[in-house]
Amino acid sequence: MQPPVDHYLFLSALLFCIGVAGVVTRRNPIVVLMCIELMLNAANLGFLALGHHLAKMAGQMYAIFVMAVAAGEVGIGLAIIVALFRTRETIDVDEVTELRL
Amino acid sequence: MSSHALSFLVLAALATGTALAVVLHRNPVRSALYLVAHMLVLAALFLKLSAQFMAAVQVVIYAGAIMVLFLFTIMLLNLGAGEIERKRFSVGFISAVVIALVLAITILGGAVWHRGLMQIATPVRDLRMGGTAEAVGFALYDPELPWLFAFELTSVILLVAAVGAVVLAGRRR
Amino acid sequence: MTIPDISVGPFHIAVLLPYAMFLIMLAIVLLAVPLLTWVERVTLGLIHDRLGPNRVGPRGLLQPIADGIKLFFKEDILPRSVDRGIYYLAPILSMAPPLVACALIPIGAVRVDMGGGQTRSLALVAADLNVGVLWIFALASLQVYGLILAGWSSNNKYSLLGALRSSAQSISYELAMSAAIITAVLMAGSMSLVSIVQSQAGGIGHWNLFRWFPLGVVGGSVYLISMVAETNRAPFDLPEAESELVAGFQTEYSSMKFAVFFMSEYAAMVIASSVATVLWLGGWYSPVAALRFIPAPIWFFAKVGALIFGYIWVRSTLPRFRYDALMRFGWKRLFPVVLVTLMAVAFVRAYTTDPTAKSTIPPKPEKPKPVMSGAQGGR
Repeated sequence: MQPPVDHYLFLSALLFCIGVAGVVTRRNPIVVLMCIELMLNAANLGFLALGHHLAKMAGQMYAIFVMAVAAGEVGIGLAIIVALFRTRETIDVDEVTELRL
Repeated sequence: MSSHALSFLVLAALATGTALAVVLHRNPVRSALYLVAHMLVLAALFLKLSAQFMAAVQVVIYAGAIMVLFLFTIMLLNLGAGEIERKRFSVGFISAVVIALVLAITILGGAVWHRGLMQIATPVRDLRMGGTAEAVGFALYDPELPWLFAFELTSVILLVAAVGAVVLAGRRR
Repeated sequence: MTIPDISVGPFHIAVLLPYAMFLIMLAIVLLAVPLLTWVERVTLGLIHDRLGPNRVGPRGLLQPIADGIKLFFKEDILPRSVDRGIYYLAPILSMAPPLVACALIPIGAVRVDMGGGQTRSLALVAADLNVGVLWIFALASLQVYGLILAGWSSNNKYSLLGALRSSAQSISYELAMSAAIITAVLMAGSMSLVSIVQSQAGGIGHWNLFRWFPLGVVGGSVYLISMVAETNRAPFDLPEAESELVAGFQTEYSSMKFAVFFMSEYAAMVIASSVATVLWLGGWYSPVAALRFIPAPIWFFAKVGALIFGYIWVRSTLPRFRYDALMRFGWKRLFPVVLVTLMAVAFVRAYTTDPTAKSTIPPKPEKPKPVMSGAQGGR
């Protein structure tokens, strides 16, 4: 017997919360991006679990699009960090608080 | 305990452990490697949900491409030095932890409170349903469903992301 | 105590086959690797018109054993400032993907009598996955990690540069390789490796390499070129060339760790050639009907051996690519060619009816009519 969908949803919620904790706590923007990826993956798990449970293809469809958009977002995010690193001494998110140099 | 429940427990424990390691480790390279492991564990969980195509795509895209990009960036910017030691338990840190805890209690409490409300659906044996590549293809490219339009839009998004990354990170002339 | 009477029937064969096949393929690949080092040195010697290894054993046959013993007894140096966990992890991550891929490669098919007059054709493969080709992609992508982590953990500028160059080359040629693989998938109509081989039955004219001329030839050639580049072999081996960056990402590795990197290169070669055989050269089928009595796995390994000989031949003949020429070739010449080929194959596939085509579109199930219940009717 497959574990009930509640278990998968609980795991998805737990991983999401771990991701949130990482985003608000860490100071290295690359690690923040990684924690955002944790959150997105948790959401994917939730989508797939419900899609499997309700026997709908929509779960996998949403998961595919989340993956594709996450790939694009990581590319842009890392490019922003690289550009930021070039103009300022530090990329500590607590220091980089002003738009102006 | 059935083998399904046991394998779910093991995979869930691994997923949680690697996720915690990502959040807690000081060294960004180690965090990235734990995230790669997390992606692979999630791929195994997707396999348990009979989503074979998604499991393979997860490894190819997330573990194989996105995390390689992360590692490249960390190495090129030489950020392995670790973070500056913050003043422990500053106001910002405390408030961040409190917010995270409140959110966690809300979400997890809701997940535990509302369990068992789902009706069991009867699965349909159909080439158009399931986790195989054919099923995903039929769903994605069906002109009557909204996913085809979303697919085309996603290709534009990826083009914008690629061009944007080149523009943002390229050298200033 | 009497030994219980166990009868082995077709059911047992079908259940135990995956495990047995994985062990067999693993044994073949792991035994082929030292053999390949000897074959390469002898072949290089023959092509270069010089003596190959001839000191140890007849014709140098014990050379791999001598090499193994030497590497085993070398001092295992651990540099002081390396990141220790990642330093030890990198060779493992380099060796793992080719060994995992051993589970995916089909080497033949046998007819098993299931009883009751039925015979079934069982493919000799550990795991005939529905999305087998995607897992090949996945393992090729994971191969990059060994390079990156080796260079990073060595805490050495030359290693880091070598690793970054190697991995940038790998991911660039991964694109062309993936597009070429998709071309083969389109020709066969399935992502399962066994189905792809089975769609090439019927002699050499049906092989994907020679199908829909010239699309098959172009796709196959692009795959073969990018396969050589992916495995960091000559002429694409600048990042690990001895005269350039010391030894590239492998500089700080000694004795058994270096041996594992060395072996992983040959294992990747074997697996890449096997995948090329499955996708393009008709897998285990014989090219002419007259030679069909030769067992299928013999044909499979003969083709793989021919491709590996091609690898060694190319190494001994062509000069090394300069790094920027390498990247330019991958992005600007190879990738557009394979993209156009992919589009052409997709067109041919969509608008012609191929008798070996596998998938037929099943009729859509009827949508259930929405039921109006009394509770909703009032709104």
